[in-house]
Order: sequence, then C-alpha cells, then structure tokens
Amino acid sequence: MNRPSALNTFGRELGALALALLWCVPFYYLAIVSLKPMSEIFADPVGFPDQLAFANYAEAWRGTMGVSLGQAMLNSLIVTIGSVVAVIALGSASAYVIARNGRRMGTLLFFFFVIGIILPHQLSVVPLYSVMRQIGLVGNQLGLIVLYSGLMTPMSVFLYSGFVRTLPADYEEAAEVDGASRGRIFLKVIFPLLAPVTGTVAVMVGMVVWNDFFIQLIFLSGSPAQTLPVAVYGFVGEFSARWNLVFAAVFVSVVPILAFYLLAQKQLIKGFTGGIK
Amino acid sequence: MGAAPCRQPKDPLMYSPTAARAPLAWAAPAIVIMLLFHYGAFVAGGWYAFTDWDGLSTPNFVGLANFRQVLTSAEARAALTNTLLLTFFYVTLSNLIGLGLALMLNGALRAQNILRMVFFAPVVMSPLAVSYVWKFIFSVNGPLNAGLEALGLEGATRVWLGDPDTALWSVLVVMVWQFSGLCMAFYLAGLQGIPTDLIEAAEIDGASPWRRFRKITFPLLAPAATVSIALPTIFGLRTFDQVIALTFGGPGYATETLATQIFKQTFAFGRFGYGAAFALVLTALVLVVSVIQLLVLRAREDRI
Repeated sequence: MNRPSALNTFGRELGALALALLWCVPFYYLAIVSLKPMSEIFADPVGFPDQLAFANYAEAWRGTMGVSLGQAMLNSLIVTIGSVVAVIALGSASAYVIARNGRRMGTLLFFFFVIGIILPHQLSVVPLYSVMRQIGLVGNQLGLIVLYSGLMTPMSVFLYSGFVRTLPADYEEAAEVDGASRGRIFLKVIFPLLAPVTGTVAVMVGMVVWNDFFIQLIFLSGSPAQTLPVAVYGFVGEFSARWNLVFAAVFVSVVPILAFYLLAQKQLIKGFTGGIK
Repeated sequence: MGAAPCRQPKDPLMYSPTAARAPLAWAAPAIVIMLLFHYGAFVAGGWYAFTDWDGLSTPNFVGLANFRQVLTSAEARAALTNTLLLTFFYVTLSNLIGLGLALMLNGALRAQNILRMVFFAPVVMSPLAVSYVWKFIFSVNGPLNAGLEALGLEGATRVWLGDPDTALWSVLVVMVWQFSGLCMAFYLAGLQGIPTDLIEAAEIDGASPWRRFRKITFPLLAPAATVSIALPTIFGLRTFDQVIALTFGGPGYATETLATQIFKQTFAFGRFGYGAAFALVLTALVLVVSVIQLLVLRAREDRI
C-alpha cells in the first residue's frame, strides 16, 4: 500500500542519529579527559581541553609496580594468543570426534562439553586456584593459558560442533581413497574447511580472554605478569584522584580491541549472532 | 596422532562407517581438561562449601553452617537481592533498547552501518575500562552533575555512586549502555531472517504497523529473543567488574553482588569454604534460571 515515506525515513534517521550521539558521550569523555591537565578537569568537566596534555600518556604508559602498560599489553597478548591457539586445537578435534561418532555417542559427548558453558566458573576457580598455586601456575602467563584453555573449551566445542555436523564426508572419503592417514586428513582436509568457525572461535575466545578481569585479578594481581585489566585496576588504585592519568591508561587499554573491532567488525558481530536464523 | 594403530571393528554393523575417521582418543585431551577444570573443580568447590577451609590448613567439615550464614547475614542477603534486581532490570532494559535500536536500524537508512557500529562498539570493550569512564561521569563534580546544574536542575544532582538509593541504578546504567548493542545485534540478525513478502502481504491486507509488528515480526523474532535474553541473564547473574570498578560493593552493601562477595570472602578474607558456599548458590541460581528460561523460550520458538 504505502511505501515508507521519505519523511518517515528522515525522522527515523534523525532519531537514530540523536541516540547515537548520546551513546558516544562516554567515548567523548574518554578522549578529552585523557588530554586535559589536572587543573582543567573539574573546572570545566564538559568542554574541550584548552591545552593538550600529551604528557598524561607518557606518565600513564609507565604503569605501576614496575610493570609498564606496554609490558601489561604484551602479557595480555601472550595470554590471549596462547589460549586461543590451545582452545582451537582442543575444540576442533573434539567437535570432529563428536560429529563422526554415531548419534548417541556424539550427543553424549556434546552435552559433556557444552554444560561447561552454563556453569559459572566462580565455583571452580576456588579449588583451581589452590591447586595451581601449589604447582606454580599462579602469577605467570602459562598458568592463565592453561586455565583459559580449560574454561573456554566448552564454548569452542559448541561453536565448532554446529559447523562440523554439516560437513559432508565426501572429502574425507576421497582423501582416504588416496591413502592419506587419518591425522593427515584432519589437518589437511577438515581443518581448512573449518576456517570460518576457526575465525569465529578465535574472535570470541580472544575477546573474552582479553577483557576478562575476575580470573586475571585473582591469578595475576601484584605479579610482573599482570595483564592489562589488572594493570589498569592497579593503576586506578594508585592514581584514583588523577582522572587524566586514569583516562590515559584506560584509553591505551581499549585502543587495541577497538582497532581490532574496526578491522574485523563483520566477523565479530557474526561470531555473536551466528546461531540466529 | 596419525601413528595410532588402525582399530579394526569386530562387528562392522556396530560401528558407523564414519566413526573410524575420528578416533575417540582425539578428544581425550579435551575430555581430561573438562574432567579437571569443570567437573573435578566443580565437585571440589562443592565440597569446600561444606567446610571451614581457610586456604591453608586442613578443611573441617561443618555441614550446612556456611549456607546458614549465606541465608542470614546482611551482606549475603544484600548480594542476593542486588544480583537479582540488577539482572532483571539489565535483561529487560537492554532487550527493550536493543529491540528498539534494531527496528530503527533495520531497513535502508543512510549511515546505518556507522550507526550500528557505534551502538555495538561498547560491547567489545572491557567492562572494567567502561566502568572507569562512567565513574568519572557520575563523580560529584563530574559531567552529569555539571550538566544537570547547567539545565537548572540543581535539585537533581546527587553523589550518584555514594548514595545507597542511586548506586545500584548507576551500575545498571553502565551495564545497559554497554550491552544494549549486543541485543540489537541479535535482533537485527533475527529481523534479517524474516521474509519481506510476509510483511508486505500483511500490509496489502491493511494491517497497521503495530499489528504487523505484534502478529508477524515479534513472534518471528523468538529465536533471537532466546539468545538475547539468555546470554545477558548469565552475564547479569555474574556481575563483577562493573561493581568492583564503580563502587567496590558500597556504600555499605548497597551494590554488593554474589560475584563480588565470592571474591571478597575467598580471596580478600581467606574464607575459602564460605566463599565456595556463595559460589554454589550462584551456580544453582544460574542453572535454575537458565534451564527455566530455555524451556520457556524454546517452547515459544516451537510455536512459530
């Protein structure tokens, strides 16, 4: 009957734009406060800085307790990449086993893994912490990689399973005829076919690990291996009244993930919403 | 792994032809990890909940004493109430806003991609970082109070995070701001799956926009709603980062949550047994709520 009128669309656009501007307010403060000298922050909490204090960044970069923000970022990167690689290996192989092992066994295994997504790890962390402390896995990157590999495996199995199930066995049969070993078939034929899910798993697990605070606070607090969230937390504890330094540190800590978001936006949103038809 | 001896099925009918391609052993490392990090840790944590363990000495069995305290102490009750309130309003508001945004941004708008990008951007940031930005906005001399004064609303200014009446709602605002974009993304994905000819047919039949939404769009969004409600529920029940950054549970116990109590009792006060009891309550809550939600929401999906 009636097409959406130009006026109607224009109204929606205006509404959306106004809301988006409102949504940007925290980003605005994140940028301007980090560039203000201390004297300007509360004298004019809303406006632009009169003089740009880039020195805030230099000071924030030094970090606290002998760990610079650069070092913390490197620690975060090591923990994130290590966890992602481990979780991809564990998840892809397990999902393949689930898909190729008959219905009953497959379903059983699927639930064995996936139940771990719902269970909050607040309970498991208490005993894991005490055991890992005894074997020297508290206060270093390796311990966190091991822990996250364990905690994130259910999510990766879940994401991989949905995809592997739809893979026809034709490719494997062809490779078998050619006499390839099973391990070789998985690595050379199956795993490359899983590339889209591997991307999703990497993005989702990477994001969760990069941003997680609870576990990193417990396992790395006060250690030289502290990651970005722990470093920023410690930094705020030490400089709580100096908002410009706090904001510079916060800004530095969110730049990598925001840059990544701008580059891999489609992949990231798809990772979240992939299950919805 | 490729060197594993080829298993010969004794009875070919007992094995699906594809099973031999992926020997169970390949899943063994992940199975061991599941047993250690999920099942084993869960059982161990559950056992601690019935002891007075302090993290160092030998744990003594104390029966239900920890749970009795979880149900009666002021901070534990506050934590439980706050967690439930936060979760309920967080899930409701982020779904309403997310659905509104999705409906607004679905269809040919200029700059719709940039607008979507803006609303989703907070989702990828660390909740800790986001909370510090808001802590400044809420601070006594901060932009929110300055803005209210500029509008002539001096009476509305508050110590937002230091007032027991507003602290919890301030935490809620931060959570809703950060994660409404996630619900938007779920609903946008759902909207894209709805065939346009269905809506157009209803339009030709003279159905009003509200009726079209009520009778076609909304029911067909059921799968998106399932995820959009279930995931934030789990996030909400585990709320930790925002509270630690914004209020550290205060003033008093006004913003204490189950997760902040677990952290404080266990790792700050060394009461591992009591902290585990808290964690067991949180786990039970998440399981019960998730299962009920999934049953109800899946039933809704089946009615499509």
